[in-house]
Amino acid sequence: MATTEAAHGKRWFGHPIMSAMVAAGWLTLQQAIDPGNVLTAIVLGLVIPRLVSGFIGPGVTLKSAATVLRLVGIVVWDIIMSNITVARLALSPTRVPQPAWVPVPLDIQHPNGVALFASIITMTPGTVSCIIDERRREILVHALDCDDPVAAARDMKARYEAPLREIFE
Amino acid sequence: MDNLHPVVEIIVVAMLLIGAFFALVGAVGMLRFKDFFQRLHAPTKATTLGVGGVLIASMIYSAANGRFGTHELLITLFLFVTAPVSANLMAKAALHLKLPSKAGHPQKKD
Repeated sequence: MATTEAAHGKRWFGHPIMSAMVAAGWLTLQQAIDPGNVLTAIVLGLVIPRLVSGFIGPGVTLKSAATVLRLVGIVVWDIIMSNITVARLALSPTRVPQPAWVPVPLDIQHPNGVALFASIITMTPGTVSCIIDERRREILVHALDCDDPVAAARDMKARYEAPLREIFE
Repeated sequence: MDNLHPVVEIIVVAMLLIGAFFALVGAVGMLRFKDFFQRLHAPTKATTLGVGGVLIASMIYSAANGRFGTHELLITLFLFVTAPVSANLMAKAALHLKLPSKAGHPQKKD
C-alpha cells in the first residue's frame, strides 16, 4: 500500500477525468443543479478518486478527442449491424451457428485501453471476451458464428484497437 | 400521452418496438443455442440494442414533455460498464469448470 501511494501520489486531483465523471454522474442522478447538489458533486468528485486511487493506477490523459468520437461512432454502428446479423442467425430455423474461439493478440499497452478493448468486444453482439490474459498479451474471444478466426481477430484489432491506441498512447 | 405530437408518438412507438424485438431475439437465442458459451451471447445482445431502443424511446418521450431524460444516459453507462464484466466472469467460470463447448476447447488454458 505504501509503495502504491508513493507511486501515484496522494494528490487530490490525480484523476481529472474520473473526478469529472463522478461529479457529472451525481448531477445527472439528481436531475437538478442547485448549490447543494453542485457542492456534493464537487466533494464526491474529489474524494472518491482519491479513495480508490490505490486500485486504479495513474490517471489517464486522452490524446485525441476526435478519435474518441470516431470510435464511439464505429462502436454504435457495429452494435446495430451485428445485432441484425445475430437476429437473423437466431431466428432462421435452418442455420446452425459455427462458434469458434478467436485468440486476439494485444498490441495496446495501457491497462485501461485493454479493459476498454475487451468491453467493446463483449458489447458488440456475436463476440464475448472470455479471458483477458495480460501476461500472454492476448484476449481469448468466443465468437458465435465465425468461419475465419484469423480474419475476425484482424478485423477487431483494426476497428477498435487502433483507435484506442491513438487515444491512450 | 394526449398532448404528444403524432410524429413524436410514432418515433417513440417505433423505438419501443425495435427494442422489444431485439430483446425477444435475445430470449429466442437463449432457447435455441446449444451450449453455455453461445447462450452467453444472448444477454449482451439484449442489453445493447434491446435496452438501447427502449431507453431512446424513453428519452424522446421525456424530452417531448420538456424534461431531458438524463437518467437514461446513466442506465446506458452503467450497462456498458457492468455487462462486459459479468459476461467475462461467467465465461471464466465456465472455462474453469470445462463446460462442453461446440467450438471445442481453446488450446490455451490457465
